[in-house]
Amino acid sequence: MQAPAHIAFIAAAYGAGIVVVAALIAWVMLDYRLQRRILAELETKGVSRRSAREPELTASEDR
Amino acid sequence: MRISELANPSRFLRVANLAIPWLGGATVIVFAYAIYRAMLAPDDYQQGATVKIMFLHVPSAWLGMLCWGLMTVAALGTLVWRHPLADVTAKAAAPLGAAFTLLCLVTGSLWGRPEWGTYWVWDARLTSELILFLLYLGVIALWRTVEDPSRAARGVAILTLVGAVDLPIIKFSVDWWNTLHQGTSVFRLGGSTIDSTILVPLLLMAAAFTLLFVTLLLAAMRNEILRRRVRTLRLLQASAAG
Repeated sequence: MQAPAHIAFIAAAYGAGIVVVAALIAWVMLDYRLQRRILAELETKGVSRRSAREPELTASEDR
Repeated sequence: MRISELANPSRFLRVANLAIPWLGGATVIVFAYAIYRAMLAPDDYQQGATVKIMFLHVPSAWLGMLCWGLMTVAALGTLVWRHPLADVTAKAAAPLGAAFTLLCLVTGSLWGRPEWGTYWVWDARLTSELILFLLYLGVIALWRTVEDPSRAARGVAILTLVGAVDLPIIKFSVDWWNTLHQGTSVFRLGGSTIDSTILVPLLLMAAAFTLLFVTLLLAAMRNEILRRRVRTLRLLQASAAG
């Protein structure tokens, strides 16, 4: 079977797509782990928000 | 639940935690089917197999512009209504928009070389798309430069509103100027000029990319809310220590 013309350009474009999508997924997953780990460390040190002790958070407290 | 109730970050986190796995699953399924249909799509009678680059190039171009449009709405939310999630949305969306715009530029260059004989020309469509990418980099740099998130949000909002001028320029550049880039061929008066055997896989890929974008945006917004909680706790820790 003959490879289509310009197969290298098509492969490079799809390769770029895979790299960009994989990088975005890795970025959000690793960042989530990092923030969760830091929050857990701070909470084990006894640091907590006033709102965390209240049943519902007000919108302005997270700004 | 009303949409406005999601303005509460804790409620937003609960909804995001529920929605992200389902959206992620839906993204994988739609992508699998869209790629299958894209592989079955016939070669174009003029462009041959390189038309398959369109299945990546066009959705990433749409998302790059859609993302800036979303950031423009968020900028209004920050400046006018001071919506609690508006600047979170803007900050989370910027790297996603930058990535999709970069993918649009890269795939466009790789499509241009065999079709036009060059990777790049300074025509209106390509240049305005490059300006969008540089605007994204500017927004990301501004977020990183100003330490206080609410001060950074106001500066970013103004830059975003100014940058929104680029969106109609990108869209209509192929009508306003003579460009090497092809004219509007999907959403146009009189119907699409693309045959359904190529149009259907293209729209499926666009749906898959949009689902991916929504999933990543919710995840990045969740991360940003957690990052602000970390900042608040560190400030509390520092004030308690001082």
